[in-house]
Amino acid sequence: MVERIEELRRGAEAEISSASDLDALETLRVRHLGRKAELTMILRGIRDLPAEERGRAGAAGNEARQALEALLDARRAALEAADLDEHLASDAIDVTLPGSPSLRPGARNLLARTLREIEDVFIGLGYRVMEGPEVELDFYNFTALNHPPGHPARMAQDTFYVDPATLRSDLRIDADPATPGREAENAGGGDSAPRLGTQGAAAAGLLPPGPEDVVLRTHTSPMQVRAMEAQQPPIFIVVPGRCYRSDPFDATHSPMFHQIEGLAVGEGITLADLKGTLDEFARAIFGPERQTRFRPGFFPFTEPSVEVDVSCFACGGSGRLPGGPRDPLCKGTGWIEILGSGMVDPNVFGFVRERGYDADRVRGFAFGMGIERIAMLKHGVPDLRKFFENDVRVLGQFS
Amino acid sequence: MRVPSSWLREYCDPELAADELAALLALRSTEVERISHVGPPAADGFVIGKVASVERHPDADRLSVCEVDTGGETRTIVCGAPNVAAGQTVAVALPGATMPGGQKLGQAKLRGVVSDGMILSEAELEIGDDAAGIIELLPAASSATRPGAAGLAPGTPLSEVLAIPESVLELEVNSNRVDCFGVYGVAREVHAVTAAPLADPPWSEDAEATGEGTAADYASVRVEVPELCPRFTARVFTEVEVGPSPPWLKARLMAAGQRPINNVVDVTNYVMLLTAQPLHAFDLDKVPGGELIVRAARDSETMTTLDGAERELDAETVLVGDRDGPSAIAGIMGGQVSEVSEATTRVLLEVATWNGVNILRTSRKLGLRSDASNRFEKQLHPELAIRAQRIASRLLVETCGARLVPQTIDAVAAIPERHRPRLRAGRAAELLGMAIETDRAATYLERLGFGVEREGDDLVAEVPVDRHHDVSREVDLVEEVGRIHGYDEHLPATLPGSAGQAGRLSREQTLRRRAEDLVRDLGFDAVTTLSLTDPGMPGRLRIGSGDAPGAPIRVSNPLSIEHSELRTTLLGTLLDAARYNLAHGAERVALFESGRAYLAHGGSKFGGVAAGEFAGDRPAAAYEPHRIACIAVGALRSSSWQAESRRGDFFALKGALEGLAQGLGTPLSVEPGTEPFLHPGRAGSVLVDGEAAGWIGELHPLVCRAWDLEQAAGFEVDLAALVAVSPYGGESYDDVISYPAVHQDVAVVVAEDVSAARVRSAVLEGGGELLRSAEVFDVYRGDQLGEGRKSLALGLEFRAADRTLTDEEVAERRAAITEALGVIGGTLRE
Repeated sequence: MVERIEELRRGAEAEISSASDLDALETLRVRHLGRKAELTMILRGIRDLPAEERGRAGAAGNEARQALEALLDARRAALEAADLDEHLASDAIDVTLPGSPSLRPGARNLLARTLREIEDVFIGLGYRVMEGPEVELDFYNFTALNHPPGHPARMAQDTFYVDPATLRSDLRIDADPATPGREAENAGGGDSAPRLGTQGAAAAGLLPPGPEDVVLRTHTSPMQVRAMEAQQPPIFIVVPGRCYRSDPFDATHSPMFHQIEGLAVGEGITLADLKGTLDEFARAIFGPERQTRFRPGFFPFTEPSVEVDVSCFACGGSGRLPGGPRDPLCKGTGWIEILGSGMVDPNVFGFVRERGYDADRVRGFAFGMGIERIAMLKHGVPDLRKFFENDVRVLGQFS
Repeated sequence: MRVPSSWLREYCDPELAADELAALLALRSTEVERISHVGPPAADGFVIGKVASVERHPDADRLSVCEVDTGGETRTIVCGAPNVAAGQTVAVALPGATMPGGQKLGQAKLRGVVSDGMILSEAELEIGDDAAGIIELLPAASSATRPGAAGLAPGTPLSEVLAIPESVLELEVNSNRVDCFGVYGVAREVHAVTAAPLADPPWSEDAEATGEGTAADYASVRVEVPELCPRFTARVFTEVEVGPSPPWLKARLMAAGQRPINNVVDVTNYVMLLTAQPLHAFDLDKVPGGELIVRAARDSETMTTLDGAERELDAETVLVGDRDGPSAIAGIMGGQVSEVSEATTRVLLEVATWNGVNILRTSRKLGLRSDASNRFEKQLHPELAIRAQRIASRLLVETCGARLVPQTIDAVAAIPERHRPRLRAGRAAELLGMAIETDRAATYLERLGFGVEREGDDLVAEVPVDRHHDVSREVDLVEEVGRIHGYDEHLPATLPGSAGQAGRLSREQTLRRRAEDLVRDLGFDAVTTLSLTDPGMPGRLRIGSGDAPGAPIRVSNPLSIEHSELRTTLLGTLLDAARYNLAHGAERVALFESGRAYLAHGGSKFGGVAAGEFAGDRPAAAYEPHRIACIAVGALRSSSWQAESRRGDFFALKGALEGLAQGLGTPLSVEPGTEPFLHPGRAGSVLVDGEAAGWIGELHPLVCRAWDLEQAAGFEVDLAALVAVSPYGGESYDDVISYPAVHQDVAVVVAEDVSAARVRSAVLEGGGELLRSAEVFDVYRGDQLGEGRKSLALGLEFRAADRTLTDEEVAERRAAITEALGVIGGTLRE
């Protein structure tokens, strides 16, 4: 009996191992382990066998049955896996076709991005960001910045004046005959140059105008006095925004452009602090090796005033490109002018003295730079007009 | 300001190459825009020659064959100048010399005669503009008219009498440094930064007055407007011989960019270029009675200026005139009436001080700027007038053979007292953060022309008169010593002490960045458009123009009409940008701008900087709301091989607007709107917290046509509203997990004209507190609903914070919803 069992097992094993599909495998299961299969019959008849044979035959039969069941399972798994592989193979796609577009993120604006980068540098240095009006009073744009009426520096910035007829009727502010800032320091040595009354001069088409006029701000600096009126020292702010000058469009000018102003006022602030601050700025924006250089400059609202150059990032400051040719970016000087700055003029503090800005007690520095210029230098934009053309092929280059 | 190197070196010669000096000046004094060159690039081959003989060229009527002594040898030179004559002392270029412009001179054969060099004209040497004749360094028969002319021996290098090669420093002088509009002022700066010796001032010696009588016998001056003319000085010269200036004078003027005219006028220009003080010469015989009157012009009075133009004046213009009428616009330009001419023999030399503000005003008004007005408008000190008189007198005597009449007519109102600011010890270090020893500071100031006295450790510095309007305070002295000490070399880099605050963005600024990033991530490209537009913009947007409320703010003095008004909406310039891109090959555009509109009137209940509320005591002149605006033309999402494109229609834009609002957590709603630039059936008003905060819609076909677009949609919302209502920063935890929500869908049948918003609000009203949300997810129209009716499907979420809701509770709310819908004629569809 045991021999017959072994014989059945060997036969079944051979057939199962060579079964080629799941249907054949099921047929084999019925044939070898089904109700009418010989092995099943044998196991069912075990109890009728003589006692001495019963044990051996039963063990052999059960063992054979378990072995065949395991073999069937294994074979089924193998056949199923092969089936799946075959199915998946037939389900293949062309992975080189373009993807189905998700919503394409829009382009970042290089100006806006540069502005944020600069803001973030100064936020890291402890500054807050403030914004001010673009339609601005002459008072803040010029008068309080130590440009008295008739000051030639007013003329240097070609100013757009606003037609008062198109503004609120209550807006006209009386000219302030006293310019308190003039006496902030050196009260004895007053300027004796006679000055003309200018009230309403700009409105009449006669320049120079007076503090009652309204302009499109020519720089972000008017926020200096606005901010100091609103906040006692110390004050550390940057002021980004649009500015306007009547410069016709060319590669480096536009009647509208962007500036960012910086103002830091507190006790013990020095010109050296301005240099350290601008060095940090230059390294953050133009690269870790950069440094700045100060040259004498002139702005009515700073004294001393300095023009600031950054060491050229194209040539590393040598003025020569690899191989010897003159660096066109810095014109061979190794330095690029990036901004104007200086120590806040005591006359400016004179306008906010009652707010805690006593020129003998607090000092500060201010700087202003053109965002377009920084972005042009940093990214090789050849022409300022590109920023306002808004060509999507250009916009898309900056992410 | 063009400063010829040779002229500068006469007063201060640091023995540096022009580019080295320029670099030093840029770092310590005044920016040098460029270094240019005039005349021949090198001195080699240029010598003085004496014409021995002149003969007619055998084969050319207009050429002469000259024998010229060029020092130890005589050479044959062919010359085309009509004025060449035997006995003249001339300038000669020998073969091998390099001419201005770089051309190298060789031997040339002219109609068969070999010319062994070239006799030069002023123009060829770039020392004058006379190209017709050669320069006569000395006329054929004359003695020296200038000291040093004896050195004009044949063979002498020309560079000994003329500046060859000549480099010119082109300074970009700041408006506060009127002293650097004169060569001597620049020389003083060179002295200060290099310590090279400075020559005595050119005004230290006056001319000897040899004329007859006194100036008062010839002329008088009456100043009617002393507040506009603080000083008017005049000297009289007789026996003046008007003619061309000597070559050295012409050469200097040319190098400085001034065209030589005649010796008298050239002297006035020369002295102005040297001292920054302009002068004006009158032909005294053309001034009736020799009586000069300084007065204000009458309104609409006219006069003809030296440039031949007739100018109309006004009552603020100051004139110098005589009893017959005006002869010069004070400080700006002379007139033709009393111009110095060949026939002039008596000269009245005016050197005056004018009110700078008035000069600036008048020159702007007349659109007339001159070298004189450019200096006067920066305000000169009255002391400078006498300096200029002294130098000019000597030159007029030397170069015009004039005799100076004794006495200076001097109408002086008041000479401002000299400033004497004190520089306290240590103050420079406090302000600059770099220490400068007192001795050093004193030296720097002395070199700059200050009269320095020590008082203890302090310095008291008397300011030179030509710095009077620039330096008056201690802080100004700090700048002087700081810059001469050298920021580049000595200034340390430190960081300020604590700002006493953390640097960070305000909540509004944080949310503005978030809003910009959201819109960008929703597929819109960020643009920056001009805030200045043209007066036609409102019309193209169908807003109407003119004096309506909301009319644009206008610029009084625009550059062009294209940029003369401030935008009142971001839409117009966004459409400009869209059109530009479509014209340049883009098939679709989706653009957004984050920026301001500018309105004369208005305000926002939401407040903040984005609503135009800025710091400062004086309110802003206009209302400048910050807005986020989007437009889409064509597909918002492009098509692919697999999917259709998504057109940028009303709902695509509304999806973007909702995405923006959701990203900020700001609830907003849209109601039918009426903006004139929108399709009247597809226009929405954006409401935030019940307040109008913008618009959304498809653009009116006529607006599209004005921008050559087929179809476009967009929205514009006030940032202040989005920010104010956003919960950002104030959110608190809401337990949505402990007790499950019940989700149910309902279908509501209503009349076609009942808006989804009304249905939703009725559902929310009926649902009460337990109904946490109700969102429309489907709209169905069909026969079984009947004509003019629609079915809206809404997904409802019921939830209580403190318990699991029972079926009964939800059923109760549904009943209430049914009731609320009944009010708007709606029924629940089973």
